[in-house]
Parts: sequence; C-alpha cells; structure tokens
Amino acid sequence: MPEKARPPRFQLADAVFFNLTRGAAFLVLALLTGIILSLVHGSWDSITHFGYKFIFSSSWDPVAEEFGAWRPIQGTLITSFIALLIAVPVSFGIALFLTELAPAWLRRPLGIAIELLAGIPSIIYGIWGLFVVAPILMDGLPIKLGENVLFTIPPIQPWLTEATSGIPLIGKLFDGPPFGIGMFTAGLILAIMIIPYIASVMRDVFEIVPAMLKESAYGLGATTWEVVWNVVLPYTRSGVIGGIMLGLGRALGETMAVTFVIGNSYDAIESLFHPGNSIASILANEFAEASAALHYGALIEMGLILFLITFVVLSCSKLLLLRLQKGDGSHS
Amino acid sequence: MYQSLGRKMVAIAIMSLGVAHAADITGAGASFPYPLYSKWAEVYKQKTGNGLNYQSIGSGGGIKQIQAKTVDFGASDAPMKPEELSKHGLQQFPTVMGGVVPVYNLPGVAAGQVKLTPAVLADIYLGKIKSWNDPAIAALNKGVTLPALAINIVRRADGSGTTFIFTNYLSKVSPEWKSKVGEGTAVAWPAGIGGKGNEGVAAYVQRLKGAIGYVEYAYAKKNKLSHVALQNKDGAYVHPSEESFKAAAAYADWKNAPGFYEILTNEPGKNSWPIVGATFVLMHKKQDKVANAQEVLKFFDWAYSAEADKMALDLDYIPMPDEVVAQIKASWKQMTDTAGTIVLK
Repeated sequence: MPEKARPPRFQLADAVFFNLTRGAAFLVLALLTGIILSLVHGSWDSITHFGYKFIFSSSWDPVAEEFGAWRPIQGTLITSFIALLIAVPVSFGIALFLTELAPAWLRRPLGIAIELLAGIPSIIYGIWGLFVVAPILMDGLPIKLGENVLFTIPPIQPWLTEATSGIPLIGKLFDGPPFGIGMFTAGLILAIMIIPYIASVMRDVFEIVPAMLKESAYGLGATTWEVVWNVVLPYTRSGVIGGIMLGLGRALGETMAVTFVIGNSYDAIESLFHPGNSIASILANEFAEASAALHYGALIEMGLILFLITFVVLSCSKLLLLRLQKGDGSHS
Repeated sequence: MYQSLGRKMVAIAIMSLGVAHAADITGAGASFPYPLYSKWAEVYKQKTGNGLNYQSIGSGGGIKQIQAKTVDFGASDAPMKPEELSKHGLQQFPTVMGGVVPVYNLPGVAAGQVKLTPAVLADIYLGKIKSWNDPAIAALNKGVTLPALAINIVRRADGSGTTFIFTNYLSKVSPEWKSKVGEGTAVAWPAGIGGKGNEGVAAYVQRLKGAIGYVEYAYAKKNKLSHVALQNKDGAYVHPSEESFKAAAAYADWKNAPGFYEILTNEPGKNSWPIVGATFVLMHKKQDKVANAQEVLKFFDWAYSAEADKMALDLDYIPMPDEVVAQIKASWKQMTDTAGTIVLK
C-alpha cells in the first residue's frame, strides 16, 4: 500500500473509516454475546431447577410447574425435516428449469415470481394454511368452472392413510385423524415458505457455472441431465448446500405460520398427521401469560435451545463447506 | 430545503411533547377486556381530553409490568390471591364480567340442542368420552339424534384468562379434573388440539366436524357457533345470555372476598350460567406518582357509570352490580401516597 504518498487528511479519514467499519463488525459480536448472556440469565431459574433433564423430559404442566423441552424439540426437527424433504427437490427442479431448460423470455418473470413468494409475510402463510390448505388436505376440493366440476383434488390425508395402512413403519407415519392440521401440514407450509430461498440461491449458483465447462460436456455428447448432474452440481456443490442451510435455518425458527397449522398439542407424536408443537410456536403461544418464574424461565431456556440448534446446524454446514472446498478447490 | 425540513421536524417533536404532556395514563395486561378498554379510552378522551394507553400483552405480562412499575395499572383475567397481593403491595378490583361458553360443531344439530352436565363436560375434556353418541351424552339428550362422530377437543394453546375460568370451573365440578389437571391460565391438557386465541379456537371448531371448544361469549355470538345448554349447580339447563351471566353474578359473595378474590364459576341459582368470570385491574397500594393514580381512578370511576356500562353491554361484557361498585370505590380509599395521604380526591 503506498500510504506515504497520500496526504495526511486522507490518512485520518482512512483511520476513521477503518474504525467505523470495525465497530460495525464488532457490534454484531457484541450483540450475539449479549443475546446468549441474556438468554442464559433469563433461563437461570429453569436451568438450575431442571438441569440437563429439561432437554429429554416430555412433560409440560404449567400447573404443577413440570417443564421439559423434548416434545417441542422433536416437533421443530420433524417439521423442518419434512420441509427440506419437499423443498429441496422442488427447488432443484425450479433452478434447473430456469437456468437450463426454460425459454429465455420466461426466465425473468418466473424468477421474479419465485422471489415474490419470499416477500409474503409469514402470518399470511399461516392463515392460508389454516383456512385453505388444511381443509383441502382433509376434505379435498372440487375445482369448478361455472357449474361444472372440472376435476376434484382428492382428500390427501385420508387417501394417504388408506393407501399406506398395513405397510410397516410407513403406515404408522400416515396414520391418525385427518384434522388437516398437524406436523405434516406445518412441514408442507414451511416447505412452500423456504422454496423461494433455496431456489433463488440454487439458480444464482447454477448461473455462474462457466459456459465453457457446460459446452465442453455437451460437445462430448452429454445429455442435459448428465451435464447438470456431472458438471453443474459438482461445480456448485457448496453454493447449493449453503442455500439449503439458509432454508433450514428459516424453517427452524419460523413461528407464526407454524403456530397456525401445527395443532399446538403436547401429546406424544404418533404420526405425521398428529397435532404437535415446535419451540417457536410454544414461545408465541405461552410467553405473554407466563407469570410463574419457572414457567418463564423454561420458555426462555427453550429460546436458548432453539438458538443452540440453529447455531449447531449452521456450524455443521460451514464445516461441511470447508471440507468440500479443501477437497476440490471449487469456489462459488 | 434541508434546513426547513429540520425545522419542521423540530416543530413536530415539540408538538408531540405537548401531546404527551396531557395526562395520559398507561395500562397493560389482559387481552379479554382490551376491546372494551380501548372503546372506553376513545370516548373518555373525547369527553375529558385525557387519554388511556392500554397495551393488550396478556395477564402475565400485565402482572409483571405493574410489579416493575412501568405502567400506572396492570390488568389480569385471573385475580391475584390476597397473600400474593400483599406480598407485592398491590390491590385489585374487578371491572367487568364475561361468560365462557362451550361450543360445538355437529352437522344437523342446532345451537343449544346438546345438553351437558358438568360431569360429562369434564369427562369429555379428560378424554374419557370419545364419541358424540356415547351413552353418557345420549342419556342427557333424548330426542336428539347425535351423529357417531369422534369428539375433537379444542382448547386454547396460549395461556389465557379464559382457560383459567374454564379450568377453574372444571376443577370445581370434577374431583378427577382437580387432581389430574387443576386450574391455571395454561394447564397440561389430557387431550385435544390447541388454537391460538379465542379466534383460533373458534376457527378450529368451525372447521372440524365433531369439535367441542370453549370461547368467550362474544366470540361464540360473533362466529355464530352452536352453544351447549349446560346444567348449573341447581340442576337446571341454562343457555348463555346476558341474563344468565347477570344471574350468576348476583350470587357472587364479593363482600366476603378479601381483595376481591372471587371467581364466579358454579354459582347457585336456577337461571345462573355456571362459567362466568370477572377481569381485574391491579394497582400499587402506595403510589409514587399520585397524579397518575388519581387519573386512573377517575377513569375507572367513569367506567362504572351508566354510559360506560352501556358500551360494555354492547360489546357483550356484563357490568358490575351497583353494590359491588360501591365496595370497589370504598376500597380505593386504601390507596395512599408514600407519606400515607389518601390518593382519592
């Protein structure tokens, strides 16, 4: 850096600017530490009273002041997993279509439409899930044009229950009362909510694959699928995983939409159609009325656990990315 | 250009300071009386120029805020026990009452047709009676064809005063409920799914065939939900209405309730609706900010007037009976400033 050549007033400006940006960066660290400390402080009653058993206990009884986080932890992980299971293949399809298959005039409007999905407030998804999606899952929906029924969306939940009954394990997954609300619906709504995030990240990284690489593969006679599977995906692996993790992070912490459709029950989860709850939905439901110190502490400890889960998930993905980058030296 | 904008902003800031200077009182807590308190505040502001800023953050939050003295009064749907009150140096008084109504969704069965006894209602919520054509329900409803539908139990997912009143009632009528579940703003429900808020429960009941739920009367009315005819303490089947709530309130023994700790569930009387509860306001017994406390008392003094009572009735709340209001106003004389002078003018 040719610093000596610069007039002193620039040096002062540089120093001020450097410190300002450094301050901004460290502010994030300070905030993060502050949040962790206040969560630990707020949940101290609960941490000292229940100890590590809090995590594995499945009772939640505000009257007897017996609290445990196991059911909500389960619910959070299961709904997020369902969401990923649905969202990842769909997003991959969207990104693949937009970058490789769609005619050029369709790419922009479709891309914008998907990004618009990300802008819908989560409470809208919740209301839509409760009043539109859940009844369709439970009862089906005839699509009408005027008086004529064009076709009927079948009642998906009873249909799944019937189709899978008798099959070991899978039959159990889809067993249960077809309320239309429960873990499955929550996962489905979450999937729709995170698709725009995963899809737009995937599309962006697919687009940066050098044309030369793809053209070479095509030149060797590869099909579109072979190009995507053997060239595009390996090249963009870390970006794709990053996008999925971004979606997972959102799914884990999503509150309002899940609260609307998950059913809010502490019962043992017997199937995917069973009502359950997640950490975020419990916080949304119970925080305002929690007056006993232990109840309040237990809720804050749930917040701390959610924080830790998200932290662990993001760290794992970071580690995975580091290992992948070491392995093939790709960069995206 | 920028300067003039800056001046404007300063002017606006000064103006808003001026507004804040008018005696605005602050309160926070229960969500059940929120529609009424905000209606009252609006009319009161027009009449006197004094505003009330009430934040509906939930009873638990209201109790915390008044203990921390960040508000002039707290509000709670569940009364605080007398010993709790004296521990925190608080006093409380009821403002209005409301009824909680079990509602159902049974295709082909009209509103008020299903009769339930307290024991059967408790057994349903305990998860012991699982179907609408169970002999226990059928025996009470001869002549009504009840479908062979599973009972979908719906209850509140969030902590709420409504749940407190409802579980208090079930604890009074069912020893098994009392020992297994108990009463509280949130309890460990033996069965069912949870809706967020009265509107959440109402939505689930409307959506799920065979559902039974409990909501504030106003929500049952607004959403046209079918109510249960419930057997009261005297053995009569009653329907929820302003009259049956008032009948229950008339039996409440406020005089012998220290700190107005009185829950109006399972009251005697042939016409009494058995699940009624009041909502409460909490204030400190020793006031640092005397002027604010005086304003709060003035506001609630007006809230017990005939004009304010009518607004309450319009919104399906039940005003307090006159003799109780006299007791409440007498209790305000216990409130003093730090030197011990009575606050009430």
